[in-house]
This record gives sequence, structure tokens and C-alpha cells, in this order.
Amino acid sequence: MTAPVATANRRPSRAGRTLHAGPVAYGILVVAVLFSAFPFYWTIVAASRSNAELAKVPPTLLPGPNLMRNFEAVLEEADIGKALLNSLIVSGSITLGTVLCCTLAGFAFAKLRFRGRGALLAVTVGTMMIPPQLGVIPLFMLIAELGWVNQLQAVILPGLVSAFGVFFMRQYLVQSLPDELIEAARVDGASTARIFWSIVVPIARPGMAVLGLLTFMAAWNDFFWPVVALTSSEPTVQVALRQLGGGYVHDQSVIMAGTLLGTLPVLLVFGLLGRQIVGGIMQGAVKG
Amino acid sequence: MTLTASESPAPPLPAPPPARRGAARRAWRTVSPYAYLAPFFTLFAAFGLFPLIYTAFVSLYRVELQTPGDMEWRGLGNYTALLADEYFWLSLRNTFTIGVLSTVPQLVMALGLAHLLNYRMRGRTFLRTAVLLPYATSVAAATLVFAQLFGRDFGLINYALGLVGIDPVDWQNGTVASQIAVSTVVIWRWTGYNALIYLAGMQSIPDELYEAAAMDGASRWRQFFHVTLPGLRPTILFTVIVSTIGATQLFGEPLLLEGSISGGISHQYQTLGLYMYEQGWGFFHLGRAAAIAWVMFLLIVVLVGLNALIARRRSRKEAGR
Repeated sequence: MTAPVATANRRPSRAGRTLHAGPVAYGILVVAVLFSAFPFYWTIVAASRSNAELAKVPPTLLPGPNLMRNFEAVLEEADIGKALLNSLIVSGSITLGTVLCCTLAGFAFAKLRFRGRGALLAVTVGTMMIPPQLGVIPLFMLIAELGWVNQLQAVILPGLVSAFGVFFMRQYLVQSLPDELIEAARVDGASTARIFWSIVVPIARPGMAVLGLLTFMAAWNDFFWPVVALTSSEPTVQVALRQLGGGYVHDQSVIMAGTLLGTLPVLLVFGLLGRQIVGGIMQGAVKG
Repeated sequence: MTLTASESPAPPLPAPPPARRGAARRAWRTVSPYAYLAPFFTLFAAFGLFPLIYTAFVSLYRVELQTPGDMEWRGLGNYTALLADEYFWLSLRNTFTIGVLSTVPQLVMALGLAHLLNYRMRGRTFLRTAVLLPYATSVAAATLVFAQLFGRDFGLINYALGLVGIDPVDWQNGTVASQIAVSTVVIWRWTGYNALIYLAGMQSIPDELYEAAAMDGASRWRQFFHVTLPGLRPTILFTVIVSTIGATQLFGEPLLLEGSISGGISHQYQTLGLYMYEQGWGFFHLGRAAAIAWVMFLLIVVLVGLNALIARRRSRKEAGR
């Protein structure tokens, strides 16, 4: 670091963005982080207390000893265990299926020539802007017709449709997969399928991982469609949380224990791979 | 599709003679790209595109939840019924006010945060990840926690307000108060996400622009307004559009603030998304719900079009300067 001789003439060198953060910037950021984190902390506090303790004035701000008891209560009252398992099945299948479908389609859009490529890509990208909620009534009629209401495939199959994923994988492959590599493989007599499995997939793996992370989080947290398609007898975690908050349980600390259980898996993913998620969002933003 | 060598079955054939093999391969090469698209597009057609289009059709019929197979033609009846329903207008207005209350502060704060996160500093990666943390929660979890924090009698927020001498606010029953509560959940969950999008946009603004501005003696404040903001315009437009779409279909937050599908006793924070759910799955009127979905879609088209128009006019004005 250079000595702080702050003459007006020296400022121009890369003044705009590379300045070091001062105490004010740090201060504001620390406050922002505290605001981001506080509700999580509060969930832990409330989930580990009794209802009576939560109603005290002044409020209790430290975690208590009741966490396990509250967890047991949730498992009993809302069948969170089954909900967690269902969510795992649903999110896992959606993640695997989406990554596979989107990598296949993304590869075709990025590197293969075929009629109607532009039009099909335009349709795909165009629908990215239309919220899926708008098709929810015919979708419900469709799964009712198929007899799938309250079955997990009602949530899994529509969850595999990800125009964003196709677009994301296409952009990723356009940038990271050189045409020459494919040409060379073609000259060596490799079929497209061979090229896909032994060249495209290895190169696409980092992109697939990011797409998988984002998809898993979105599927785990999805609310509207599972609430419509499933009931309390076959819930995902979000459906179970809705029941908890819907007035069947009045014990606030039990509600918070359920919230904590439903959030932990995705927080775990976030804690382990947060950096990749941040990278993925920023990457998607620049390209989108 | 022109199949040049349709008589020769394409790839499964183990080792056709060289000449025919070339033709078959070429034929397969024109068709095979569609095989890569097939898994996605089959699902996309069945579960994405078809429902989207069919919604308009359903909205012209009387369809009840218990008997979705029986459809009775109603023409524009569902729409005229909507226009006569005061709760439709109320939810339309609520969607708009909650949309503004949640989107505007959210994006302004995200812009400021992004600017700070762009500084050179210790623990930058940690800070970036930490502000994104709320994004990892679900609507349901976030809303349940905030519903508790916003509790009237024992909520932490009213307690904190009490410390600075403000009387307890009834966050569930006051119109403005409940809409602020709903907006807070949205703001909390999405500000960090938008900050990262802005940060990505800021990093793609070329350094030379800042150097030139600094050379001209522009202060950091002026650089922010005259270099950063114009450079971010496409990104800002993108976030405005995405947030607008999100606000138009807001559903989980108002549903779970106190768990009622009417959005409060006097529908004071019922949004269009929740109103649609109430009509469809509360009162079983799927046809009417489809009409609401279609109204939501038109609303989005108008709002997005308006945004794009304003953005284009502004950039044209700038170019003319």
C-alpha cells in the first residue's frame, strides 16, 4: 500500500472502483449482514425456547434448552420427517432431471446446426419471462386428469421444465467449448453421442454443478405449486410449513422448530457451496 | 425434413459399407439434434407451454375444481364477474402498492450494497455470501419467522419500537402496516440477490471510463452517477422487470403472514396471486381463477412494455444529446 499522500493530482489512477473500503463502508456492510442473519438467529432462539418464554417482556434473546423437545413436537404434529423425505426425493429428482435435460438441449442449441434452431431458442427464452404461475390452472386440470393429485410426480415432472436452465447451459457451452474440439472429434470419427458423453459433459461439469445447485435450492423452496398439487398427507417441507403456520399449531416455538428443520438442508448446501452459488448468480446475471 | 437416405436405417447399423455409411451419417446428423432437444421440449410442451396457452381458453369456461372435466361455455362471463367484484379491485390495488413498497426500497438498497461490495476489502467473499443468505430460505420459512417478529403483543419489532417510544403497531390488521410487513419479507429475501446482480453488472463496466472520469476531476459520487449508473442501465432494467413480475404474482408471503387465504380480515393485503388461489382452491372456481391468471399476464405485459418503452426513450434522449 502506498503512503497516503492525498494530493488531488494523484487520485486519478483507477479512482473509481478499486478504492479500499473505509470504516463507513465496513460499518454499513456489517449492519447489512446482521440484518440478513438475524432472522436465522432468531429462528434458533425461538425454536429452542418454550412458548411461555417467548411471550416474556423483555424478550429472551439467547437460545434455550428446548430445541430437542420442540423438534419432537414438530415430528409428531406435522409429520416433518415424511415431508423432509418427500422434499429430498422431489428436489433430488428435479435437480438430476433438469441438469440432464438442460445440458442436452443446451448443447444442441450451442453447437449443433439444425432447422428451426433460432425459433426454438426464441420460444424457450421468451417463456422465461412468463411466470409459471399463469399456467397453473390447466396444469392442475392436467394432473387431475392423469390422477396425479397428491402424488410426488405431480411436482417432479413440471419441475423439470427450466427454460432458464437451457439458456444457462447454452451460454456456458458457447463460451467454454471450442468448436475445434468437436471438429477434431468428428474427424476422428466420433458420433455426436460419443462427443456429448466424452467431451461435452466433462467440459460442462462446472456449469452443470452450478445449475444443479440453483435448481436444488429453487425446488426445495418452491411453494405455490406444491401447495396446489399436494396435501397434508403427502407434503413437501414447504407444504408442511404452511400447515404449521396455518393455525393448526399455536405453539410459536414449535412452528419455529419446524421452520428450522425445513431450512437446515438448504442452509447446509449454502454453507458448503455458497461461493459457487454467488458465482453462479453473478455469471447468470452478466449473460442474462 | 429432407432425409436424403431414408432407406438406410441410420446409426444402429454396425458397419455399413463406407459410401452408404457416409450418407446415413449425414442423414442422422440432420435429425439427431432433435433427439437432444426432445427430453426438454416434450416436458416443456406438456407442462410449460400447453398450460400457459390453455389458460386463456379455460378462462372462457365455467370449470369447477370438483369436476374439472365438465366445462361450460361462459364467454367473457368470468371477466365481467371479476370486474364486478370489489375484492378483485382491492387485490389489484394491493398488488400494486405492495409491489412498489417492496421493489423500490429493495432495488435502491441493492444498488448501494453492490457499490460497497465492489470495494477492495477484507473478507469480500464472506460478505458477498452473507448478504445472499436470505435467498437460501423459502418463502414459507421467511414469512413464518417474520410473522413472529411482527407479532402485535410479543413481537420483537414492536418491542424494539417500544424502546424508542413508538406505540405497538398492529402489523396484521392495519392496511399500511400489514402491507409493510409483507413487503419487508420480500425485501429481506431479495435485496442481497439483486445486489449481486448489480455487482456483476458493475464489474463489466470498463475501467477506462472511471479513469477518464477521474481525469476530468469527477468525484467518486459523480462517478457513481455518471459512469456506474448509466453503465448499469441494462442490468437495472433487467432487475426492474424481474422484480415487477415477482411482485405481480406475490403469493406465499401474504398467505402465510397469518395463514388466511383472504389476505387479512378485510382483505387488506390480499394480492392478485392470493385472490386467484382463493377463487380456484378456496371457492373451487377454476374458470374464474384462470381469468385472474390471464389478467395477471396482461398486467405483466403492460408493465414490462412500459418499462422497456421508458428505457428506450431515455436512451434515445441520451443519444440525441
